[in-house]
Amino acid sequence: MAVDIESRTPVEDAEGRTVEELVVNIGPSHPSTHGVCRIIAHIDGEIVTRAEPVIGYLHRGIEKMCENRTYLQIVPLTDRLDYVGSMYANWAYCRAVERLASIRVPERAEYIRVITCELQRIASHMMAIGSSGADTGAFTMFVWAFDVRERVVELFEELCGARLTYSYVRPGGVARDLPDGWTDACRAVVDRLPAKIEEMDRLFFGNTIARGRLKGVGVLSADDAVAWGASGPTARGSGVDWDLRRDDPYSVYPRFDFDIPLGDAGDAYDRGRCRLWEAVESCRIITQALDQIEPGPVHAEGFPRLLAPRQGDAYDRIESARGTLGVFVASDGSTRPYRVKFRSPAFCNLALIGRLAPGHTISDLVVILGSLDPVFGEVDR
Amino acid sequence: MSGAAGLAWGVAGGLGAGSAIALAALFGVWWERKVSARIQMRFGPQQAGPFGLLQTLADTVKLVLKEDILPSRADPGPFLRAPLVVFVPIAVSLLAVPLSAGWAPLDTSVGALFFLAVPSVSVLGVLVGGWASGNTYATIGGLRGAAQMVSYEVPRTLSVLSMVVLAGSMRPVGMMAAWRWWWLPLTAVAFVVYIVSSIAEMNRGPFDIPEAESELVAGYFADYSGIRWAIFMMSEYGAILAASLFGAAVFLGGSHGVPGVAGFAILLTEAIAIVTLVMWVKWTFPRFRSDQLMALAWKVLTPMALVQLAVVGLVAAWL
Amino acid sequence: MNIEELREHLCSRYPLLCPLFSSEFGDGTLTVEPDDLHRAAGDMKELGFSRLDVVTALDRGETFELVYRLESAEIRTGLSLRCSVPRDQPRISSLFDLWPAADWQEREVYDLFGIEFEGHPDLRRILLPDDWVGHLLRKDYVDDRVVKRPDYI
Repeated sequence: MAVDIESRTPVEDAEGRTVEELVVNIGPSHPSTHGVCRIIAHIDGEIVTRAEPVIGYLHRGIEKMCENRTYLQIVPLTDRLDYVGSMYANWAYCRAVERLASIRVPERAEYIRVITCELQRIASHMMAIGSSGADTGAFTMFVWAFDVRERVVELFEELCGARLTYSYVRPGGVARDLPDGWTDACRAVVDRLPAKIEEMDRLFFGNTIARGRLKGVGVLSADDAVAWGASGPTARGSGVDWDLRRDDPYSVYPRFDFDIPLGDAGDAYDRGRCRLWEAVESCRIITQALDQIEPGPVHAEGFPRLLAPRQGDAYDRIESARGTLGVFVASDGSTRPYRVKFRSPAFCNLALIGRLAPGHTISDLVVILGSLDPVFGEVDR
Repeated sequence: MSGAAGLAWGVAGGLGAGSAIALAALFGVWWERKVSARIQMRFGPQQAGPFGLLQTLADTVKLVLKEDILPSRADPGPFLRAPLVVFVPIAVSLLAVPLSAGWAPLDTSVGALFFLAVPSVSVLGVLVGGWASGNTYATIGGLRGAAQMVSYEVPRTLSVLSMVVLAGSMRPVGMMAAWRWWWLPLTAVAFVVYIVSSIAEMNRGPFDIPEAESELVAGYFADYSGIRWAIFMMSEYGAILAASLFGAAVFLGGSHGVPGVAGFAILLTEAIAIVTLVMWVKWTFPRFRSDQLMALAWKVLTPMALVQLAVVGLVAAWL
Repeated sequence: MNIEELREHLCSRYPLLCPLFSSEFGDGTLTVEPDDLHRAAGDMKELGFSRLDVVTALDRGETFELVYRLESAEIRTGLSLRCSVPRDQPRISSLFDLWPAADWQEREVYDLFGIEFEGHPDLRRILLPDDWVGHLLRKDYVDDRVVKRPDYI
């Protein structure tokens, strides 16, 4: 992390002359790093020749902390990973624990999990699209996206009292049942969303300047996306047709009818638009789930007060807003996990920045970083 | 005018232009916050004074009282003076704008040229301010600003030239008097080119590349604080005011022959309409990239202005 | 291909490794010797495991257990490649040449466990500062600043 940089380094240019290369230190505190990321960019004029991300500014040692807590106490820690999409980390962790301890989750709880996580996908994608608007100077897009996000976050607030760190999904089910009238409020929000999203599509992705700024920027080939472990909209923007909700279905996802939006160019534009249309698909899933959900218990029967799963390990993963979010839990039979590992999609996607940025300008570097949608709570853990 | 009277007039004009810009900035910032708030489904300032009108005044007090920071890596001489190098030319250029039928503070036969040429000096302030900050963001911002402002001089001047040809005069008061309503459709292209290149000239969105909040943090004035930062900000609003007033006077007919305060009111209304248009554009569009910006200047706006000039030339010959 | 077919396929190709294949938690698990890891991983990649999902490690006292989870779009099942390296000499060959995804993941394991990956192009700490002493996720890592939570049961 501690890298000594001279802001002007002598290098040899193509004709053998010694010239000074400008090193721009973007971050760790910068409006467009979406958190605390530092990118050491070597530039030639405006063109980035090398971009080296430096991460770890938000490292809190959550995996180490997990080894010192009971299984239930870890749930609030998972909130602090991807603080834009806490529901996912809650759910992925709970799935791994449930797999390890062979807990069966009631059907209603599964439906509630799907509904909340799809709402979370909308909220998270709005943040991503809005901030990619802010990165390109379209601040109105940012505010519009946050307006949509606000509606969803209000639903969460009503559901569990929190707007960011929910701890709502718990091993064995969810924390509490839906409040009275919540499904109607949710339906009202979800019904209005697709029209708003289309309006945002016209405002931003239909704009000539935005197309010029996003198209052909940070092109990621499908092969590279797979080889570098990219997932989620970052990979789907390149045309990698891989979504765990459909390809390795978990929970009650097989019961819903939805499409996976795909890009083909693999540039920042396609990644952004994939996110936008995924939000519309999430609305479809939520509507179907609200239609199908039936009364019942929301937490597993006979769930122990203090969980002590058998010795062994389990890995489970879900499709989060950023991609494959996996959790590996190893147990030694005690009440605390022996090891918890979070496979964070943002971490894997961010590794691409050093590969995508060279050859583009500084302005594009910011756009590329935004299109990978990193959340540094999850990257640094 | 004799020496002493000329000096007095000059000092009065300078003070007047300076305070006009300060007022324009006070109003402009408030207006911009209101306009952008409407676009973004917000309310904007509403606590200080009626409709939040006093908000910018409160902000000014804050800015004046703020510490004037001199970064340790900065070159003090140029760094401390750069804001004035940006501000003064813009204030001076404001003097050449006709404010009512038949009257401009500085009524010269080459007023249009004066108005276009003098603000170009502020490029030096941007460049020097960026360089003297000793900060890579500011340096890049200054270089971007210089390239952009010099490039957009060309289409901007060409677009005004169309009006000069039509009016047969370079004196803004004369251009305003000569204006006929059918010039509006005839010179619509020149007007568009003038507005676009003026926005670029004053570094506003979608051409705020030298500042580029999300890339360069604030570009050439990243290291400035307090009143020096406020001077940069005021220059920006001064440039908007000057460009809008001049555009209204030359392209829209200004006060339409009405003299005195009434004429000024008509001119000001047109100028505020242009200011609102400029703000609307800023809060709707994303920012260009520097290479796209150059392409727009040289491949689109300059040819457009040239074609317009040719058309106007033909019409003028036929008149 | 389901997990049983994968098992049969692997058993026919690696008769010696067959007893080490299990499918306890839904994923196939293949335990290999450290020296065989790179070759086995290359074979898995040829078999169709085009993604390297996770690289992680566990501190098992005398040894570190490395877990590589592979994934494939064609074979709809996951596969964990596992191998143990001795604690006093934690070295293993890097999989960066097979899956570039190993780049940051192996750096993370190096950072938090101190396992060296031979052949990795840029093996530096990633999450912790370069001058950090010790490896955070080793069980014997002690830091006076860490508040010890009380024992519950």
